[in-house]
Amino acid sequence: MNPQRSFVTIADLSREKILYLIRMAEEFEAFPNRDLLKNRIVATLFFEPSTRTRLSFETAANRLGAKVIGFTDPKVTSSTKGETLKDTIMMVSNYADVIVMRHYLEGAAQYASEVSPVPVVNAGDGANQHPSQTMLDLYSIYKTQGRLDDLNILLVGDLKYGRTVHSLLMAMRHFNPTFHFIAPKELAMPEEYKVYCREHGIRYEEHEDFNADVIAKADILYMTRVQRERFTDLMEYERVKDVYILRAAMLNKARENMKILHPLPRVNEIAYDVDNDPHAYYFEQARNGLYARQAIISDVLGFTLEDVQNNKLQL
Amino acid sequence: MKRQELMVAAIENGTVIDHIPSNKLFQVVSLLGLEHLKTAVMVGYNLPSAKMGLKSIIKVDGKYFSDEELNTLSVVAPNVTLCIIKDYEVVEKKCVTLPTTITGIVKCNNPKCITNNEPMQTRFVLTDAEAGTLQCQYCKKEQPLENVKLTSKISI
Ligand SMILES: [Zn+2]
Repeated sequence: MNPQRSFVTIADLSREKILYLIRMAEEFEAFPNRDLLKNRIVATLFFEPSTRTRLSFETAANRLGAKVIGFTDPKVTSSTKGETLKDTIMMVSNYADVIVMRHYLEGAAQYASEVSPVPVVNAGDGANQHPSQTMLDLYSIYKTQGRLDDLNILLVGDLKYGRTVHSLLMAMRHFNPTFHFIAPKELAMPEEYKVYCREHGIRYEEHEDFNADVIAKADILYMTRVQRERFTDLMEYERVKDVYILRAAMLNKARENMKILHPLPRVNEIAYDVDNDPHAYYFEQARNGLYARQAIISDVLGFTLEDVQNNKLQL
Repeated sequence: MKRQELMVAAIENGTVIDHIPSNKLFQVVSLLGLEHLKTAVMVGYNLPSAKMGLKSIIKVDGKYFSDEELNTLSVVAPNVTLCIIKDYEVVEKKCVTLPTTITGIVKCNNPKCITNNEPMQTRFVLTDAEAGTLQCQYCKKEQPLENVKLTSKISI
């Protein structure tokens, strides 16, 4: 049992640990193909399907020379026969050196990390956490801005249910950010996160308008999906659905260093005319997920930054 | 000794748990596992109380509880008073204090929490002692102490 090696939540990570993982991700970006994890087996257990996240983790493992086992469809596993999560984890830990898991229940990764003899990486547990997404967001911010400190970050769209914006907000508490929350009333940032900001000295402003003037304040413009099914009042959805769409014409006052992030997949909240704008960064952001996940897997397996720096052997 | 307390027979040695809100009596019984005891347990239910209107009292003969066991009562009945009895005399009076971590007693009210879908113990941390806020250490959802539900006891 070694829960402290597992990667379950971003909220507990220190400033030093975040910067350490970013430095490790930089090393992997410079040399993505290595033999660091040769003879290691990575299990990817996807109790709910998420092709995007699974491909990113499996590519990260494969590019480091690990072998990957696992399942993606819960229907083929025993959990439909009533096997407990604990029993599945105990079984897989006989075979694998690390377990990357996605689960539809909240807290599943925390529990798995407590019972598992091998480290567990949380690849999303219901509405609760998706810390590898936050790690790649942080890496993307660091890479484009050269720092994490003292940045102005606009969070736009669904701030109520969007777990990525909540995790990003908590992870940024070490770095003196100023947040701007831009959301329709029904999807506004929940009070508990505003309390969190006040308790941690994080500045924030709330806006309902989304236009060139508010974008001009941003170093990072973080877009999220506004989904129809989140609205209790469909009239309200019809009223706001086009208000939170980013179009190229809204970028004319943007700062030169400003980058647009989005956890993907997008629906219609970023117009296609933004894709070729130099501020657009969401596709590169997704690629950064590979390096961030290489760093996470290596770290939970006990490899240090020094190990990574000394391992430049290309596959 | 007050007259109403004498409605429940005195004990020679043991523990008296007094000032239990009557609607919490059965939760207190279950938290201390009294139904499994072999010694005499006397229960006074719906006794008149100047402070509380109606209260309940439990006298457990020949049994002393650890502070840890007694502190679990604070989750449902924070204002109970405890008397330790030796030779028919009260030798010690205690109150219960809310522990900062509560394991295996409180049920998480989030149906999508792993603790409600797996045979395992819950774990809550008291995040705000004044407001009485508990946070589930698995799904991270918070809930107020005043309307907690208890887990049905599971053995692990
Ligand atoms: Zn819970």
